[in-house]
Amino acid sequence: MKEKPVLRVTSKLLIPPIMLFALYVQFHGDFGPGGGFQAGVIFASAFILYALIFGVDVARRIVPAWVSRAGLSIGVLLYAGTGVAALFGGGNFLDYSVLAHDALHGQHLGINVIEFGVGTTVAAAMVTIFFTFASQSPHDPEDLRDEDDDADFDDDFDDDLDDLIASRTMSQGLSQAGGAGGREAR
Amino acid sequence: MSMAGTSFSLAEHLPALQVVIPLMAAPVAVLIRRNTPAWSLAAVITWICLAIAITLLNRVLDTGTISYALGGWAAPWGIEYRIDRIGAFMLVIVSAIGAVVVPYARASVAREISPDRQYLFYAMYLLCLAGLLGIAITGDAFNLFVFLEISSLSSYVLISLARDRRSLTAAYRYLIMGTIGATFYIIGVGLMYMMTGTLNMADLAQRIPAIAETRTVLVALGFLVVGISLKLALFPLHAWLPNAYAFAPSAVTVFLASTATKIAIYVLLRVLFTIFGKADVIHVEDIGAVLMVLAVVAMFVASTVAIFQDNVKRLLAFSSVAQVGYIILGISLVSQTGVAAGIIHVFNHALMKGALFMAVGCVFLRTGSMSVSAFAGLGRRMPVTMAAFVVGGLSLIGVPATVGFVSKWYLIQAALEAGLWPLAVLILLSSLLAVIYVWKVVEVAYFQEPPSFRHDLREAPLSMTVPMWLLAGGCIYFGLDAETTFGIAHDAAGSLLGVLP
Repeated sequence: MKEKPVLRVTSKLLIPPIMLFALYVQFHGDFGPGGGFQAGVIFASAFILYALIFGVDVARRIVPAWVSRAGLSIGVLLYAGTGVAALFGGGNFLDYSVLAHDALHGQHLGINVIEFGVGTTVAAAMVTIFFTFASQSPHDPEDLRDEDDDADFDDDFDDDLDDLIASRTMSQGLSQAGGAGGREAR
Repeated sequence: MSMAGTSFSLAEHLPALQVVIPLMAAPVAVLIRRNTPAWSLAAVITWICLAIAITLLNRVLDTGTISYALGGWAAPWGIEYRIDRIGAFMLVIVSAIGAVVVPYARASVAREISPDRQYLFYAMYLLCLAGLLGIAITGDAFNLFVFLEISSLSSYVLISLARDRRSLTAAYRYLIMGTIGATFYIIGVGLMYMMTGTLNMADLAQRIPAIAETRTVLVALGFLVVGISLKLALFPLHAWLPNAYAFAPSAVTVFLASTATKIAIYVLLRVLFTIFGKADVIHVEDIGAVLMVLAVVAMFVASTVAIFQDNVKRLLAFSSVAQVGYIILGISLVSQTGVAAGIIHVFNHALMKGALFMAVGCVFLRTGSMSVSAFAGLGRRMPVTMAAFVVGGLSLIGVPATVGFVSKWYLIQAALEAGLWPLAVLILLSSLLAVIYVWKVVEVAYFQEPPSFRHDLREAPLSMTVPMWLLAGGCIYFGLDAETTFGIAHDAAGSLLGVLP
């Protein structure tokens, strides 16, 4: 990717604001539009952009499989754990009012923790889905790597990138579907 | 957080814990990532679930319906968990099967699922259990959809875990059909919400009669019944079921066959009798008549198709479609005896199909095949397994002293009560078809010599035969003593129909 300075620099500039915006959507969710789901998707899009520009293997080094897997689980546990904490506080399941010294604070705290759980799981799920599709090869894993290197990176058209993404995801999606159909027919 | 000095009583929160415990255990199993600890976790959690379910059933029988407000928000606005007789009975059925399958799954899963995915099986299994229990416990029509999705999505994954690659297409087809079913359900709920402004089932029941004749509510009813019928595999919407059951790992087949379609039948009962009960749509709109015809066709067509199957799992899957027919037939009679017969057959069929699929799983463990010919000589080589198969098979036919007889007895009684004696004849005739397909397997097992090159065939391990005989023994025990189960089913039918409080 050394040949594409514009893309590299732009994405490096963009990724931090994307993450910051995700956090804004996350924690401003109880006053304005937003919340855990949207924030999770935006946060994950930062990693997906990074993977598109710098390659899936490099991105996987930043978010290894165990990190996304742990994120998936911990988000759910945060959500349900908040509910159980409310039980120990003397309320019903998910009754946030008992989580703090007064009901209003409790409601704030509860909804924020829960939405953070949602955000964690959604972000991890988006990253996992992307990596699962992106790192699957229809043929030999070797073939895909060659394809990456030989693809027309010489010219600087951004369209190329779009094509590459489209072709890779589409071709893999289609070949998967075709494979499934083939099995059915047999 | 003020932990100290508060009144936390475990008993009071059992309705929430029933769902939350398996729901939280699932991500923990993913985090553990080791097969044996994940299995141990699943075993402990499922037996805790069973204990909670039995406690809740006893409490419902003693003191009546339990209501639990999630988050402390009162009923029509918040999500209400509402456990009445039928709900508590379903909780016990689902969690009992859930608890019995886990010990069985250990050896079976080790054989049928690749080692790096076994912990995922237990995670998905716990998630599926949480979803199924949630469906039975919730009193909120939309919350029910959420749990329906949780259980369905995890069951698609469970089916696709098998090594046999045909399980992928089977799971994919189930995913498409199941999603259509769930979508139809949510469209129906959306239309009802449009007309009433509420999602709480009890509240819906109050508001529906006044607007029952509007086009919107009738369309909602249509979407609901068709969507749920897809999920419960009512003929002719059963096409997803045979392959999904046949190619799933054995433990998954046992679990799904005994719980997933049963819980969908419960949802149908809820919609027809709880939500639309006061509007009496099942009579006014002739839904009962339609269901009755489809049920009878299912009993005959699916049983006939089952006779011609070579894959024993597929054979039993088609027999499941036929058995769903018996259950729906009972419900379509809309009498207390009829609905009770349907409900008791939900329980009985869970027992017998569980035992039968477990037996097939044991055979697959040893022979590596599910075709009828693989059963040759197993009557001598695997006597314990085949004896359980015979007990389950006799129950399917409806021989006295098995649970199948109890179901058919009450079903015929309900048909005669309604003055429909031809139905009683049809029930008896379709039982003869069951004789043929059960005999087909039993004959090969007991009257054919085992192939000479398979002299190493031996009995399945105790970890599989004991759970199998728990269910097979249940087939006999509840066949001899049907007082308790029928009592609960009869009262549950009474409260569904509004005869009892």
